Amino acid sequence: MAELTLNTIEKKSLRDEYGSLIAELGDTHKDIVVLDSDLSCSTKTAKFAKRHPERFFNMGIAEADMISTAAGLASAGKKPYASTFAVFATGRAWDQIRQSVCLSKLNVKIVSTHGGITVGEDGPSHQAMEDVALMRVMPNMTVIVPADANETRAVITESLKTPGPMYIRLTREKFPLIHGEDCGFKLGKSRVVRDGGDIAILACGYMVYKSLQAANLLAEEGISCRVINMSSIKPIDEEAILRAATECKALVTAEEHSILGGLGSAVTEVVCENNPTPVVRVGMDPVFGKSGKSEILLEKFGMNTTAIVKAVHRSLSLKR
Amino acid sequence: MEYTDDIGVLKNIANDLRVDIVKCLTKSGSGHPGGSLSAIDMLTALYFSRMRHDVNNSGGDKYDRFVLSKGHAAPALYAVLARCGYFEKSCLDTLRQVDSILSGHPYAPSTPGVEVSTGSLGQGLSMANGMALASKLDNLDRTVFCMLGDGEIQEGQVWEAAMTSAHYKLDNVIAFLDNNGLQIDGPVKDIMNIEPIGDKWRSFGWEVFEIDGHDIGAILTAIDKARKVTGKPSMIWAHTVKGKGVSFMENKVSFHGVTPTEIELETALADLAGE
Repeated sequence: MAELTLNTIEKKSLRDEYGSLIAELGDTHKDIVVLDSDLSCSTKTAKFAKRHPERFFNMGIAEADMISTAAGLASAGKKPYASTFAVFATGRAWDQIRQSVCLSKLNVKIVSTHGGITVGEDGPSHQAMEDVALMRVMPNMTVIVPADANETRAVITESLKTPGPMYIRLTREKFPLIHGEDCGFKLGKSRVVRDGGDIAILACGYMVYKSLQAANLLAEEGISCRVINMSSIKPIDEEAILRAATECKALVTAEEHSILGGLGSAVTEVVCENNPTPVVRVGMDPVFGKSGKSEILLEKFGMNTTAIVKAVHRSLSLKR
Repeated sequence: MEYTDDIGVLKNIANDLRVDIVKCLTKSGSGHPGGSLSAIDMLTALYFSRMRHDVNNSGGDKYDRFVLSKGHAAPALYAVLARCGYFEKSCLDTLRQVDSILSGHPYAPSTPGVEVSTGSLGQGLSMANGMALASKLDNLDRTVFCMLGDGEIQEGQVWEAAMTSAHYKLDNVIAFLDNNGLQIDGPVKDIMNIEPIGDKWRSFGWEVFEIDGHDIGAILTAIDKARKVTGKPSMIWAHTVKGKGVSFMENKVSFHGVTPTEIELETALADLAGE
């Protein structure tokens, strides 16, 4: 992975992968039902709707009703997948996720799309930078942020076998394929996508790719970076975090999310209580974004390769 | 289980359950008597006459379902479930205690006979719709009953759900509106007026049956009529009295969320004994 030609790597849409896969899984899993709140063309659940119209429920622009209805379907034995944009799924329906779904530990999968700032031109009203934090604090909730389309496929497949509430965060933009078709995703497990010993960058989503880019640049300076895909945010791979802390003695986290409450917080919580180690968080300050092209926004708000390189230097300077 | 069409017997059961409700609330020292007593006649008609259910097969495919959307009336539901045999009646004495199976509001993981957790108002009808959609997919002959409070319908989600029930032609959904006219801060019409109630539900595509929610015969008739409705959901709009059956609680806002003292309990029990 290390020396792969990161600039020519194929890009693929995570939401397209989800839409195709769930439609496909619907053929053999008759208990799958899909709900959407008037965004099925964007979340790609329209593919399921076309193939299994009787098991697709468009709930209109009513996210709260969608989530509680999904809870009812789950309580009657169905496997509901509810989709909308991340900002609406976790913001507008937070209480429904808490009360209707998580309190009874119902088998509802919330697959959001358009997470993060790469939603771009739609601007801050549509940029979910708090969704992972909102879902992570929820009892009984599993939280996954896949890094690419191949991992999305693995996560959706896994979700079908895993009972209970789950939040899967996808994005609008196509992301580079950093994983092969067999990406080895396991709930609660991370994967080292580039080995190294001076520092570990723990990343999720698009930031795994950005971290690999940063690692390439840092290698030129003679800094050996371990890059870990932490897609399973909750449960989190404590063992891998502590191994990285022990072996590298300096950590950076990278996520397309607020630096509050997401992956950065999760990693910090683990190391602080077990093996205090410098952790520098790459992510968005708790401010609202702007309209713009996604790569420009990532640069403006400090979630690009340069920001990761800078964070690595800072973390190394704190290393004892 | 005691199933009956005898209105006199059902009235007696409802009265017994009122006794259980005020007793367990006095013991717990917190909880919601007013809305429990306004809802109990409807719950009695459901669980002891019209709803198909089985203590050994709670939530099973062949059976109807009930969602208490106004979750604060949990003591009424618990009294009913105990009498049906979902758990020992002695559990009622443990209401709201830390090791009890009976939480302050319905909590499905801990209480047999409770299918979904409620308490945050406005979500139950959506969940009932979800159950009804699943039942239609599986071709099950199942009715999903749901009870809403009148203050509760101030929640916007109720109207999202009302649209969903009608849009998906959920004639297997029968809702009750426990219209006791009072909410915790005062009369519903003063806090946030919900009228015209019947017109609202009709305009959302529902069949509406307006009844006296303490007239057991009327409740049974309304359920029977609602079951015959096809192509749309039914709302049984029940005029009720908050605190019904206990003289000093009737129509008193103060007994929305305050339990009787030991002395008040004696008066309540005397009222219910017909003294």
